Amino acid sequence: MEQFLQQLASGLANGAIYACVALALVMIYVSTDHLNFAQGEMAMFSTYISWQLMSWGLSFWTAFIAAVLISFVLGVLIERVILRPLHNAPVLSVVVVFIGLLAICNSMAGAIWSYLIKEYPSPFPKSSFGIAGVIGPHQLGVVLVTLIVLGLLFTFFRYTPLGLAMRAAAQNPSMARLVGVRVDWMLALGWGLAAAVGAVAGIMVAHIVYLDPNMMGGILLYAFASALVGGIGNPGGAVIGGFIVGVLENMVAFAGNQIEKATGVYIIGNGEKLTVALIIVIFVLTVKPAGLFGRVVVKRV
Amino acid sequence: MPRFPRKWLIVLIVLAVVIPLLRPVLPDTVSDYRLFLVSTMMIAAIAVLGLNLLTGFNGQISLGHGAFYAVGAYTAAILMDQANMPYWATLPAAAVVCFIVGYLFGLPALKLEGHYLALATFALALAVPQILKYKWLEGLTGGVQGIVLSKPEVPFGLPLTEDQWLYYYCFVVLVFLYWAAHNILNSRSGRAMMAIRDYHIAADTMGIDTALYKTVTFGISAAYTGIAGALSASAIAFVAPDSFNIFLSIKFLIGLVVGGIGSLTGSIVGGIFYVLVDNSAQALSTFAKNDLGLQFDLSAYTVFGILLIVLMFLMPTGIVGGIYALWRSLHRGPAIVDPHAAPAPAKSASQPATERSH
Amino acid sequence: MKKTNRRTFVAGASAAALLTGKGVAFAQKKYDDGASDTEIKIGHTNPYSGPASSYGVIGKTIANYWKSVNEAGGVNGRKINFISLDDGYNPSKTVECVRQLVEQDKVLCTFNTLGTPCNTAIHKYMNQKKVPMLFVATGASKWGNPKEFPWTMGYQPDYHTEGVIYAKHLLANVKDPKIAVLMQNDDYGKDYWNGFKEGLGKDADKVVKHVTYETTDPTVESQVIQLKDSGANVFFNIAIPKFAAQAMRKAGDLGWKPTIYLNNVSSSVANTMKPSGFENVQGVLTAQYLMDPTDKQWADHPDMKAWVAWMKKSNPGGSLDDASNVFAYSVSFLMHKTLEKCGDNLTRENLMRQAANHQKLKVPLCLPGITVSTSPTDYYPIQAVQLARFKGETWELFGDVMHAESS
Repeated sequence: MEQFLQQLASGLANGAIYACVALALVMIYVSTDHLNFAQGEMAMFSTYISWQLMSWGLSFWTAFIAAVLISFVLGVLIERVILRPLHNAPVLSVVVVFIGLLAICNSMAGAIWSYLIKEYPSPFPKSSFGIAGVIGPHQLGVVLVTLIVLGLLFTFFRYTPLGLAMRAAAQNPSMARLVGVRVDWMLALGWGLAAAVGAVAGIMVAHIVYLDPNMMGGILLYAFASALVGGIGNPGGAVIGGFIVGVLENMVAFAGNQIEKATGVYIIGNGEKLTVALIIVIFVLTVKPAGLFGRVVVKRV
Repeated sequence: MPRFPRKWLIVLIVLAVVIPLLRPVLPDTVSDYRLFLVSTMMIAAIAVLGLNLLTGFNGQISLGHGAFYAVGAYTAAILMDQANMPYWATLPAAAVVCFIVGYLFGLPALKLEGHYLALATFALALAVPQILKYKWLEGLTGGVQGIVLSKPEVPFGLPLTEDQWLYYYCFVVLVFLYWAAHNILNSRSGRAMMAIRDYHIAADTMGIDTALYKTVTFGISAAYTGIAGALSASAIAFVAPDSFNIFLSIKFLIGLVVGGIGSLTGSIVGGIFYVLVDNSAQALSTFAKNDLGLQFDLSAYTVFGILLIVLMFLMPTGIVGGIYALWRSLHRGPAIVDPHAAPAPAKSASQPATERSH
Repeated sequence: MKKTNRRTFVAGASAAALLTGKGVAFAQKKYDDGASDTEIKIGHTNPYSGPASSYGVIGKTIANYWKSVNEAGGVNGRKINFISLDDGYNPSKTVECVRQLVEQDKVLCTFNTLGTPCNTAIHKYMNQKKVPMLFVATGASKWGNPKEFPWTMGYQPDYHTEGVIYAKHLLANVKDPKIAVLMQNDDYGKDYWNGFKEGLGKDADKVVKHVTYETTDPTVESQVIQLKDSGANVFFNIAIPKFAAQAMRKAGDLGWKPTIYLNNVSSSVANTMKPSGFENVQGVLTAQYLMDPTDKQWADHPDMKAWVAWMKKSNPGGSLDDASNVFAYSVSFLMHKTLEKCGDNLTRENLMRQAANHQKLKVPLCLPGITVSTSPTDYYPIQAVQLARFKGETWELFGDVMHAESS
């Protein structure tokens, strides 16, 4: 039972990180119809920025806020400078641009800050939080922060005029223009927000996985799976997808462990996590092609 | 994009056949290493050709073709290593195995559109290295250590080096597969494939069995890339799970896009680019460091990223598309309609049938 | 991963074959491809991109080593032209890169090519072409095989033997061991694991849980939870620094306190021990052959002081905390000495002969008592390690330097 709870807690914490990155992915997808492959590397770069700020003397939360703001600006810049001219390019060409961005972020981080792993502090004090032996303070903190971020975004999109404008620009750009929404800037804003959310994810996860340029590579893969499972067009779904993937991958390991204990035969375990993730993805998509929470829209011809 | 003029094609083929034979005369220009390099370009071209059939001509985005490449390579390796099969026989075997795998994957893929399919194939490519390392398959696959092979021997005592032979071997396969693809695309089936890409619903209504075409195309595309994988097993003479990670699939995609989606010639260009880009990025990075005196160490990977972005800026429809546009603007003649090209400018290679939910 | 050559650690006394090394021939100048009156070309591949890019540091430091050698006049008056290519830890790419180095750039030899699968891919080729493949940066055991592959030589103590050492120490020191193993799921992990199993012999059934991880896994928490659950009291940690640190920290968080054997690859204080949290790693055991630059006990050692000075002058971008920079320096030194011994006879054959002709060469930054010895039948340059226990904030060496029998 103890192992089960620990795996569950660890899965939830990992899931929160996947959820954050998946959220950023979905936000960009919803506003621009593109899958940002460079999301993970951008988040990693933002985390390095916050690390650098802290090493220059800023406190954790100050550096956190500063890094998030800087990432926001960088996201807007990337959209305006690099993606704007490619508005009419075929979708796969934009994918290639993202890959280029990925390569640049990754190698620049390595060049500037070296490939040695760096410790990253946790803002959550050791003693107060957490259920000892099951879920640590940082893990619990990560889950809480993710939910807070989700809540903030939800409020923003639902209840503010700017959020409404962004949603309009995403769903029906031509109509939105007619009503006076500056669609181009909405796209840039969408990117900025996504970059900011990614920064949050990176900063939260850095304590658990240690900061290094290849930190987000694996996480991005699971974030994609989360977005798929939850439905690419649905931010809430992506978050739930993230938790599902995080918990499931640990449960697979747990189940394999129990099987091995009971029968002595190794069938499945950590070496097959990605394979199992694939099977889950395929299965979910076969049953629900738009993801668990995506909606299939029937097109009229 | 216009069809490649017939006579240029013949000239190219003749050159391609004759030049390697000049090796004894020009040993430094036509070196073994260069022949090897060109062979790898041809292998990459075949792989990109396969991807193009699926993505460029049939509109199903695949980010996971590295998986089929790996399956083909390992099929060939296992057959050569354990069953002592001669290297040329591994090609049809790999083609069949990959066709089946591709077809089977194409079945659930029928339900997926656009980005969902892209990500599902992405997941497939991710899972492959782990499958290759799976404990119960280790006896076959050699696990993490991989399988060491031999390069194809020159048959019939011909006075060729191993690399020259490898070159001709790959060349013949490439020409054959290119010709086959060309014929498929110019037939009714090819038109059906492209109709599915461009006007999916209309094609369905017109009585085209879209499900059959899509799955079979998946299979054929996988078979092509699988053959490329099998060739690479012979060329590199070694297979290991580390060679078949997700970046392989991404590089094929890059080769496809940079070459030109929906263009057979583009696949060849894409294959060449695939091999050359690493070397050029490396050379450019060294150049920047040594000759431009850049204080900052610009790694080859950074240069690679910058190169990609610049290329996409200059030629968003790929090199072939870019050259065509250039030619058109120079000649300013009437646009030659290419029966293979997608109606311009399609924002996505296929219209997603599932829109984003509100 | 630094792969080392295979060595068989048996405390036997078989005599090392003596080589009547002629050493330097001053009389005639003989050159093979890549060598001339003015330069010597050396080829190298390293993963500068991709998931193993943290090892790219080694290539950069080696490049700066040769730069500083050239600034001091070169080797016997010849400048070293060091050509290093990025293979991204992809064996297919390594084949292309090495073929380019050998056939296009026409290097005299390759040096310290990194990665077991990458070196496996070029193993046959280099020996067919008769090009020296020196001091490969991998810990696999297969590189010391002069009979079948006379042109390939490793450098560091190999993983297999290290695993054997840990197993033997464990059996001798831990009562009623129940062993848990965390292993990176690739050849580097496998090599350690195979050695460990061999060392356990008939006690291999004392391993109660063996889990793996991939480098694409974000964390190894799930694995450690399973290991703790198995009730083991020994933990063999075969992981690269990032995951090794995660594992040991998680073990501490979970309140699991086994005897930990940590593989040498991750024994850096700054890179692994500190991030794990010093309180979680007291008593951890490892085997070492090089000095850890962050270990205060070496701060005043002349080798270390010289290295720090060199780093500051010639490799300012490199971190003084990174053990990879120590590794790079020491292996470059060995190459330097080997080239020097060739004198004016810079044929590949002579290069190989000189490489196989070191008698107890003192390479800087190796632990006191550890030297390099090679012979035509002994292609294992370093065959000694010393066990160390982590205490406070540094490693405390104990026991004797364990020498392998030279084969």
